[in-house]
Amino acid sequence: MSNEFQFLTDQARKGQISRRDFLGRALALGIALPFASSVFASAVTSGQPRKGGVLKAGMQGGSSTDSMDPATWTSQVQHSFGQSWGEPLTNVAPNGDLVPRLAEEIGSSSDAKTWTFKLRRGILFHNGKEMTADDVVATLERHSDEDSESGALGIMRGIESVKATGKYEVVVTTTEANADLPYLMSDYHLIIQPNGGKDAPDAGIGTGPYKVTEFQPGVRQRAERFEEYWNLEEFGHADEIEITVINDPTARTAALQSGQIHMANRIEPRVVDMVKRLPNVQVRNVSGQAHYVFLMHCDTAPFSDNDLRLALKYAMDREDMVERILRGYGSVGNDYPINSAYPLHPTDIPQREFDPEKAAYHYKKSGHDGPIVLRTSDVAFPGAVDAAQLYQQSCAQAGINIEVRREPGDGYWSEVWNNQPFCTSYWSGRPTQDQMYSTAYISNADWNDTNFYRDDFDKLARQARGELNDEKRASLYRQMAMMVRDEGGLILPMFNDYIEAHTNEVQGWSDHPMGEMMSGFALSRCWLSA
Amino acid sequence: MNTIVVKLIAQRLALGILLLLAVSVLIFAGTQILPGDVAQSILGQSATPEALANLRREMGLNDPAWQRYLSWLGGLLQGDLGTALSNGQDIADSLGGRVANTFFLAFWTAVVAVPLAILLGLVAVRYQNRWPDKVISGSTLTAISLPEFFIGYLLIYLFAVKLGWLPSVSTVYDGMPFIDRMRAIALPGATLTLIILAHMMRMTRAAILNVMQSAYIETAELKGLGGLKIIWRHAFPNSVAPVVNVVMLNLAFLVVGVVVVEVIFVYPGMGQYLIDHVAKRDVPVVQACGLIFAAVYIGLNIVADVVSILSNPRLRHPK
Repeated sequence: MSNEFQFLTDQARKGQISRRDFLGRALALGIALPFASSVFASAVTSGQPRKGGVLKAGMQGGSSTDSMDPATWTSQVQHSFGQSWGEPLTNVAPNGDLVPRLAEEIGSSSDAKTWTFKLRRGILFHNGKEMTADDVVATLERHSDEDSESGALGIMRGIESVKATGKYEVVVTTTEANADLPYLMSDYHLIIQPNGGKDAPDAGIGTGPYKVTEFQPGVRQRAERFEEYWNLEEFGHADEIEITVINDPTARTAALQSGQIHMANRIEPRVVDMVKRLPNVQVRNVSGQAHYVFLMHCDTAPFSDNDLRLALKYAMDREDMVERILRGYGSVGNDYPINSAYPLHPTDIPQREFDPEKAAYHYKKSGHDGPIVLRTSDVAFPGAVDAAQLYQQSCAQAGINIEVRREPGDGYWSEVWNNQPFCTSYWSGRPTQDQMYSTAYISNADWNDTNFYRDDFDKLARQARGELNDEKRASLYRQMAMMVRDEGGLILPMFNDYIEAHTNEVQGWSDHPMGEMMSGFALSRCWLSA
Repeated sequence: MNTIVVKLIAQRLALGILLLLAVSVLIFAGTQILPGDVAQSILGQSATPEALANLRREMGLNDPAWQRYLSWLGGLLQGDLGTALSNGQDIADSLGGRVANTFFLAFWTAVVAVPLAILLGLVAVRYQNRWPDKVISGSTLTAISLPEFFIGYLLIYLFAVKLGWLPSVSTVYDGMPFIDRMRAIALPGATLTLIILAHMMRMTRAAILNVMQSAYIETAELKGLGGLKIIWRHAFPNSVAPVVNVVMLNLAFLVVGVVVVEVIFVYPGMGQYLIDHVAKRDVPVVQACGLIFAAVYIGLNIVADVVSILSNPRLRHPK
């Protein structure tokens, strides 16, 4: 049967295509009506979740130094496991919509400074205690403590106070208007723990559909269904879930191929075509918010000259990068960190093309002479060293001399990134544009890795944050994107797809642009076919 | 004679301990030279200046180096390896499981590989320069010449992917039934066997061939003894010393040098554990692992020495 028809059947199963469209397109492929009709019916009924089995994932990104304390999480293994045993107040749907999770209802004051979260009643922690407003308050307090090392500290900083105003009601006030607050509450660090995890941060007790049965950092983590979970219709289909940490890409593919695991993350672009040919495996490439970057410090010579920065931006051959570094599994960037995976993204900004003449013009205008040192390393992103060399070639066409300096991966994040004026790096996305900009582009951002200090930009960001009118907000975001694109220190050649794969037994997969493994929901939302 | 042997062994042990102490200083100094510190490495790309300062203060990274070394050594002598800086777990607990896994794999590999290597060596001598010798030497030398990851992937492709007989992921866990465990380590064990076989086999062959030139072997032949019997009864005991040395070197390799195999087969041994912690600058764990590796090396070498001394009376009376 043709791939096209298989694709249609997949879409029918996922509910992404109507019966009429399905039959029409099947007919166009020359498939007889009665047959197509019965395939549609069976595809849709197999869309009903089935309970049972052990769902196993093999994932890159775990280490024996991992901890169960959500505040310390940085990797995708912890992210996926955490989303299975714990829950934040809100989730973000693949289309960018906010979905209430532990919060049932969310309301705000008209100035977007006071937010009221009404909690679901009767939610139980795995230790049998009921979740109440006090647990939510304690969780948010723990992550906003300046002494904490929480990965969510940055997003908690704008919060003035968190108060329980009833057993099932929490009021959050922010220092400045922030229309995105409910989105921030979906952060994977902010899963609600009993008493906020203040007593035992790494106990692994949450309210999620699975309760932890085994935690061996960097080796294996297992959990079984929590039978008292409040939403077993949508979550917790497999009886047990298991994540095996398989950091070696070849071993991960072999395990998938031999059926030892059902799903794997980070399939390398260079082997995707081979994995696609495996009969029992489906590859999912999901375009998301993650991107690879070349970072210039706007306050360090010679990069302090905007003409030089523009020259270096025009000298980037983006199409070539996507083709060679990502093997086509990605999309070109436009020197601002937002793409169509974000709500309210700007749509009419012209794409910056590779233009050696313009690059040479701006380079000449900047008056700079001599080689420019670009630091890179294998850990910056997969293929970073090759990308730097490709860039060196395209710069040479514009008469710009780039000297590529390869740094050891060990210590790259402490010695090179954010320290050296020109280097390669990567970013994963954030749920909203505001969060992306406030993490890395406003003057007092924690990781302002382009040293971009602009009062007018900060002012726009503040304004957009408090703006409840979507149209006005979108236009503010457009202005910000233009500023970063034309005056910032960011060269963004490409947004990389997440490439994942699962066996045909896995059902219920739906692509999610905000993160790997359906943004961490794959284990709790997918099921195994009989 | 016994007192001399006891004295010799005691001397070796004392030297070994002294050596270990020296190694501990080296390890400590080495971890200090690495770029970046543990706080920076833990927080990685997501390090904020406040979080960094907090973490450094909390971990006592602001104390001088010699003070940290002494307090660590003090704890060590009381059997306290400390807690891992990166995830706060007790090092003795988490390392204990990994050490046990490493020894489990090393033990069963050795049980297969050592007798096999020696047997192949004996056979190769018996049929010296005839086809069995050539087949044995050729195949083992081929195996050692291939990089270990290649052999590993080859075995995975054949036995896990194509034939589906054995698992490609060798994760073992507490409470795993013994049979499952053995199935899990079959492929990594086979890979390691292929890697260490040639070295031991060739050394056995060379050492015995050396002895075979002696006059008393000729005497044995003239007495009318059979080929294998001469080798086993007369030649092999006199060539034990060099063989044991090589065997011990390879056993040490099985404990300290198998990180590539661990990564390919996702085996939770010490190698991967050490590397994860080096990457996070988790100094106490790195030091503990380093010391264990050093202890294994030194210990096995002492065993090799003692066996050589016992098998060769001349070594008992050093000049």
